[in-house]
Amino acid sequence: MDFLTIIQVLDSTVRLATPLLLACLAGLYSERAGIFDIGLEGKMLAAAFFSAAVAYATGSVWLGLLAGIASSLVLSIIHGLASITFRGNQLISGVAINFLAAGITVLVAQDWFQQGGRTPSLPREARFNPIDLPLSETVADVPILGPIYSELISGHSILVYIAVLAVPLTWWVLYRTRFGLRLRAVGENPAAVDTAGVSVIGLRYAAVMICGVLCGIAGAYLATALQAGFVKDMTAGRGFIALAALIFAKWRPWYALWSTLLFGFLQAIALRYQNIELGNFVIPVQFMDVLPYILTVVILAGFVGRAIPPRAGGEPYVKER
Amino acid sequence: MTLMQKFLGAAAAIALSAGASLAEPALIFDLGGKFDKSFNEAAFNGAKRWAEETGGKFLEIELQSEAQREQALRRFAEAGANPVITTGFAFATPVEAVAPDYPDTKFVNIDGWMPEVPPNVQLIGFQEHQGSYLVGMLAAMASKSGTVGFIGGMDIPLIRHFGCGYAQGVKAVNPDMKIVANMTGTTPAAWNDPVKGSELTKAQISQGADVIYAAAGGTGVGVLQTAADEDILSIGVDSNQNYLHPGKVLTSMLKRVDVAVYNSMMAGADLETGGFTTLGLAEEGVGWAYDEYNAPLITDEMKAAVDDARAKIISGELEVVSYYANDSCPAYDF
Repeated sequence: MDFLTIIQVLDSTVRLATPLLLACLAGLYSERAGIFDIGLEGKMLAAAFFSAAVAYATGSVWLGLLAGIASSLVLSIIHGLASITFRGNQLISGVAINFLAAGITVLVAQDWFQQGGRTPSLPREARFNPIDLPLSETVADVPILGPIYSELISGHSILVYIAVLAVPLTWWVLYRTRFGLRLRAVGENPAAVDTAGVSVIGLRYAAVMICGVLCGIAGAYLATALQAGFVKDMTAGRGFIALAALIFAKWRPWYALWSTLLFGFLQAIALRYQNIELGNFVIPVQFMDVLPYILTVVILAGFVGRAIPPRAGGEPYVKER
Repeated sequence: MTLMQKFLGAAAAIALSAGASLAEPALIFDLGGKFDKSFNEAAFNGAKRWAEETGGKFLEIELQSEAQREQALRRFAEAGANPVITTGFAFATPVEAVAPDYPDTKFVNIDGWMPEVPPNVQLIGFQEHQGSYLVGMLAAMASKSGTVGFIGGMDIPLIRHFGCGYAQGVKAVNPDMKIVANMTGTTPAAWNDPVKGSELTKAQISQGADVIYAAAGGTGVGVLQTAADEDILSIGVDSNQNYLHPGKVLTSMLKRVDVAVYNSMMAGADLETGGFTTLGLAEEGVGWAYDEYNAPLITDEMKAAVDDARAKIISGELEVVSYYANDSCPAYDF
């Protein structure tokens, strides 16, 4: 494996990890506030469809992004209503959102475009195109660092950079602001937060909405940056891998970056090499595909440190019994 | 609530229309979906042509999950549909199980295989390796880098069968050509993952491929898109996909599923059953697409070479080895 191949695999890793990272951070906000969210997949799917549809109709990818975020927010509000206001089961609400999104996207797509549950291909102007960072052409010839900068760091769509910047931002919000402290507290001990006179309901809604925004960006990235349009079920389980990454990251922002990069890297390796031969031992490609889940189980089983979920996660907050 | 009512209404309408007139043909689409721009869409186009020409109506259902296969077959058989046409290899087992229960109904399965064909079942297969051989030749002649790619959908013998014919065609033009082949996955989700298709395309381009053949259903949409974005050539499959990216799709390997469906519906209740039909180059069951979208890409020389090979395959002078013959490929090791 030469240097250029490594760069290409890492480049692919970045592209594959971005939707995972955004969805993982989305889940992090929600779960840190005590709301389990397995509807990440559905929100991404809805956002993917509406961003592609609006980008196609208006020719503006930014309007598409806004539409994607809006659709994801609507599903977030449904999840919030079901699990915060009406104190329903958060897992069931999440499953329902996944089914709703899978069905509604194809149904609406068929009604609007009559192309069998997909959107027409987006023209180049209506997509997020790769942006070249300054100086990437000039430094490309510098050995080692040149290719790393011009191939790996430069040349992604703007959403990739937004996703990466969201990591320190999330860390800062969670650990350095009053809002973050309260958000974490609400996931651990909502009664204490309530006693302090802060609205548990308000905080949880805020967390769920932030989750919706991030899922919206993730879906728009899939449909308008990686692809040129929506295809049914195009998230292909990425929401669930993001949940696995969240557990793997032990609900921490920086760990989330590393775990999604790791999962993206595993996918990139699996795509680049069908079967990996180590001496006379062959690792089949299927093994690479299941590795994220195996790693998550290993972490959950407590072999590598302990993953402790927020204590009040999954439980609706009831003020008076 | 209104949505639910719509669904119920639609279901009731289907049930009514099914009971109203007997012996309408039925068509069951596989999980790839009716509008996959490829295999299932070809089946739909055949049925549509039949309906337009005869003024007849046909029943149809698009499967949403594996569990619906047998249920859909029984529904249509009990509604009196005849023949019941199914697309996709995965239908072979359910058809084999259901067919004996409805001896008066005729079943057709495209792409499937069963050890013993029940008397009321007809299997239709295609010589995909022959068509793939021809597009493989075109790929090798169009390639400037000396490397061509193949992206399959789900890793099943059928897709290896496509890849094997392709590899033989490539090697026939130039034995030194390098072939890069990838499968998208090992579950049915592999038919509908354009994002993965795109990444595979990028990975193959970085390995030098400048013509990529996608035999991957909906995943192929991502392959063709990325190939067009990165300014290399791609080859479509099943339906004619040349129009998707004019000037960027070298050709499409045509598998005339539409002809098979059309002929079966035309025959109606008189359909001959109890055996295999194999459609190859000679029967126009497979071929390569040449139209205004890819004409500038195909030189006279290329066309002559492919037409020559086609004639030789039909006459039996040239034999393309089938992957099924001994589960291995002489030109590429999957």
